[in-house]
Amino acid sequence: MSKTIEEINQKIKSGKAVVLSAEEFKKLGEQESADSLANKVDVVTTATFGPMCSSGAFINFGHASPGIRMEKISLNGVPVYGGIAAVDGFIGATETLSPFDMYGGAHVIEDLVSGREVRLKATAKGTDCYPATDADVMISLNNVNEAILYNPRNAYQNYGAATNSETEKRYTYMGVLLPRFGNINYSTSGELSPLLNDPLLRFTGIGTRIFLCGATGYVAWSGTQSHLGRERNKNGIPLQPAATLAVTGNLKEMSTEFLRAAYFEKYGVSLFVGIGIPYPVVDADAAHDLLVRNRDIETEIHDYGKADHPWLATVNYEQLQRGHIELNGKQVRTAPLSSLSKARQIAELLKRKISKGTFLLTEKIQDLPGSDSLNGLSTKNGGLQ
Amino acid sequence: MKQRFVFRFPTDTIDIPVSGHLICDFGLKLNIFNAYINAGEEGNLALEVEGPKSAIGAGIKFVRSKGVQAEPIEKHVQIGMESCVHCGACTSVCYPGALRLHGETRLLQFNADKCTVCELCTTACPLKIIKISFAE
Repeated sequence: MSKTIEEINQKIKSGKAVVLSAEEFKKLGEQESADSLANKVDVVTTATFGPMCSSGAFINFGHASPGIRMEKISLNGVPVYGGIAAVDGFIGATETLSPFDMYGGAHVIEDLVSGREVRLKATAKGTDCYPATDADVMISLNNVNEAILYNPRNAYQNYGAATNSETEKRYTYMGVLLPRFGNINYSTSGELSPLLNDPLLRFTGIGTRIFLCGATGYVAWSGTQSHLGRERNKNGIPLQPAATLAVTGNLKEMSTEFLRAAYFEKYGVSLFVGIGIPYPVVDADAAHDLLVRNRDIETEIHDYGKADHPWLATVNYEQLQRGHIELNGKQVRTAPLSSLSKARQIAELLKRKISKGTFLLTEKIQDLPGSDSLNGLSTKNGGLQ
Repeated sequence: MKQRFVFRFPTDTIDIPVSGHLICDFGLKLNIFNAYINAGEEGNLALEVEGPKSAIGAGIKFVRSKGVQAEPIEKHVQIGMESCVHCGACTSVCYPGALRLHGETRLLQFNADKCTVCELCTTACPLKIIKISFAE
């Protein structure tokens, strides 16, 4: 028997929907079949909370009198992209004033979300219609017009783990990698991670309503570097980073509980983003996909000590989450960069919102536009000599 | 082994070349963090002493015999747990296993008894909420 998303939404509105977190659902799956669970359960919530560099926010600062066409803009000293209309700016999460600054765009975004004021400085050449040439004021989310989080690439469907074969530490976006295979870092919430529960993007598409950093957000488009042609294991799970999501939501409604600035030593600034996606259990196939376990999800370990990060081994998330793994005959410590406890908190919160009827599921408007390959960037031939 | 101390010099002991004695007579390696020594005033010297335990013991005994107070200081790792997101990045670099994620809850746990204060966690923490404090 199958259900439609509309029917599930009717059950949510009448308070009769059965909603479980992905971990609860999988636990039930140890005793019951996908068919049986498809009849009993209506919605399963998934979540992730990890550092996602490709994030940022559009802000409309409002017009001063006399007006200014802001050209060079900064917030707390962090450069803001001002190459759009007069008082619109985009602050990227990884932006910093100087290459080694530990305070960057993500910290500005977190400061704003926490309610703090930040210092806006802007200069302009002055035009007939916008005569002012500078502005220097304190702003907050209370007095800007719009503040919209727009993250071009979040929620990677799987991601490679990282280690280091060399004799020196490596400081990377995958954290500090100790010499001589001293540790292995990984970064997904495994079986709780959204896109690993919807491996073929059956329910995740343009317009999908999601939980984004404490607010209601939406999938805007496929994320950059989305690669739908990755090799899959026998469980249908891509072995390498595959689909990604571009997501958006109202920054003014977000919470620092689920949005936090990060600084990776000698690498730079990033943003911890919390994302939750509810999936409708419309039929046994959907239930089957949602029953994927950590042991079914494999990923590759790569050597970040070497250029091009060569493959070393393929492991599953049950092994990674155990805290140590055997690599080349040696026990190596494994650790996550994404917070499973935060992801669980998000899945639980989303479950409660749906159970209370304050969060309804969406039909995707369109499949995510995707590519079966990725282009590299050749810097060796051509270009400026 | 390494041990950290604050030496307090009463005004009449300020001219004793304590560091020189510790290096030359006891074979100790010194790393001075902070020093305030002025003639006629009480002085302070914060340093790390490295060498065999017996040599450190003998050296400190010598320092005290000269009327200088030698008080051990302890480094501590301080974690701003109220700000922690329990990502686990610090556990990855913690050799002695003082920092770990709980097997079930996946919340960060810190066992100070296992901590060697190697300070790797302070660089690994992306929220920069792990600090080293020097408490006497």
